[in-house]
Amino acid sequence: MSRTTYNRALEILDDVCIGCSHCMKVCPTEALRVSAGKAVIHADWCIDCGECYRICPNRAIRVMDDDFKQIYNYKYRVLLVPSVFFAQFEDSVPREKIYQIIGELGFTEVCAVEQSVDSLTDEVNEYVRNAQKPVISSFCPAVIRLIQVRFPSLVDHIMQLLPPIEITAQYYKNKFAKAGIPEGELGIFYLTPCIAKIAAVKSPVGGYTSPINGVINMDFFFNKVYLAYKQRLPVSGNITINGELSSKGILYPTTGGESANVEGRTLAIDGMSNVIDFLEILENEEIEGVDFLELRACDQSCAGGILSHRNRFLTAESMKKYAAKAPDYHKLTLDYQRYTSAVIHMDRIEPRSMVKYDRDIDVALQKMERARQLRELFPGIDCGACGAPSCEALAEDIVKGHSEINACIFLRTLYEKRGELQLEEAIKIMERIWGRSRFDKKF
Amino acid sequence: MNLEYKVEGGDFTSAGLASSQIKKILKQLNVDPAVIKRVVIALYEAEVNIVAHAYRGVIKAQIDGGGINLILEDEGPGIPDVEMAMTPGFSTASKAVREMGFGAGMGLPNISENADDFNIETTVGKGTTLRIGIKFR
Repeated sequence: MSRTTYNRALEILDDVCIGCSHCMKVCPTEALRVSAGKAVIHADWCIDCGECYRICPNRAIRVMDDDFKQIYNYKYRVLLVPSVFFAQFEDSVPREKIYQIIGELGFTEVCAVEQSVDSLTDEVNEYVRNAQKPVISSFCPAVIRLIQVRFPSLVDHIMQLLPPIEITAQYYKNKFAKAGIPEGELGIFYLTPCIAKIAAVKSPVGGYTSPINGVINMDFFFNKVYLAYKQRLPVSGNITINGELSSKGILYPTTGGESANVEGRTLAIDGMSNVIDFLEILENEEIEGVDFLELRACDQSCAGGILSHRNRFLTAESMKKYAAKAPDYHKLTLDYQRYTSAVIHMDRIEPRSMVKYDRDIDVALQKMERARQLRELFPGIDCGACGAPSCEALAEDIVKGHSEINACIFLRTLYEKRGELQLEEAIKIMERIWGRSRFDKKF
Repeated sequence: MNLEYKVEGGDFTSAGLASSQIKKILKQLNVDPAVIKRVVIALYEAEVNIVAHAYRGVIKAQIDGGGINLILEDEGPGIPDVEMAMTPGFSTASKAVREMGFGAGMGLPNISENADDFNIETTVGKGTTLRIGIKFR
């Protein structure tokens, strides 16, 4: 719990951010504030869910994906493609063509991320039978991080089995090692529809190190592929296509696609606020008799992924249509089973405390008491004009010395009315929060 | 820190409000998750007991660096046989209450199991007072 630095997958571009506070309002861990006219992330509280990125109207949040050119550091360049990627295209764009373009863009081999799913389901059922219930899926990294930060008492419910992406990557590492290819020559790249997965690869949980060498932003890559398609880029066909994939695999990243394979009483819940509501009552011990929970941070799961540009319902529909035509089983499953059962397990996931007030409980109690008194003064409308997402958050910030009572626009107006605060001072406070340039306007 | 919550008999919709609020505070104080879990189990159970069996009640919580003390005072029928009520599996809850998933017995024994200090005072025809103490370390 003493760790304080995590690899961030998000970064605010100060020169682009206008401090509009949209991000601050949607952050599920209240990790954002506005100061001097810019959004600021509290790194230890961020769970990389990407809700801020999704809502930012100015594209001021950068995804810290890897530089595409680094793929050329490797002789063999494998791209692991999630099934949601193909669903980004209209049905009229032939899949073969997409594969060829991926080859032309620099990859030597392409493989479906969800290829490992078929070998995973028996392991999941075996695990669920023996574990503390309900077992929470380890698939969605934003949910794992949400639990670590906001629901630390539930970390032991998270399934200690690797998600499909890591198993497929492990399989590739093994496959190339067996073929006698030196480790340094193989580059495994993951095309991600999700920001949290970037963080998950860079700072994995559960005492694990990922063999993935780089993560590529699916939104960026979609544009590259689609442009090549539209411009009829000539293709040479120099790419190995490992397209083995079952209908189960295709559906796995959609809502209900994972829980459908688990025996017993299961629930599939998608969308950040739905997941939070459910975890609250689970933590209160109000839920009984559920064996498995598929929890996904995004509405429509990965079809609604942060880096999935197409309408989430159309994306999910495409995936379902494609799955209907796919086989129930694929021929590499046995191969996967033989190899992956040895590498599939991970250690317990540690909680990540938010440290709301102080590590020392007596100090924390004093500060909390003061924050409660302050909240009585605030209007309770959570307007955000103070640069904090709620009156409660402002009270917390003040007792920690990160803000001041006068930051509240209601109290400021009251103090001005009483003659206790000068207009000049009030404007300075506003500038400290929202930036000077905001008040330079000429009418 | 002292907190107080009112509980209405028969209002299952709001049952769990006090435990949710207290859980939130303990989380913000960085209390060990395992301890929070015990507090929530004991308090939720006791809170639902007031809703299911009493007319109304008050939950008082007192938190300091060492732990939490909870007093749940209700106006209600009281418990005629405390020893029986402390037996795992014994329940006087009505069918309607059981159908909502509450009142399967185990209430009081479960509370006492999760508490470091547990005390019950009851007067038939007047009400019941539970005292639950849980240490943080």
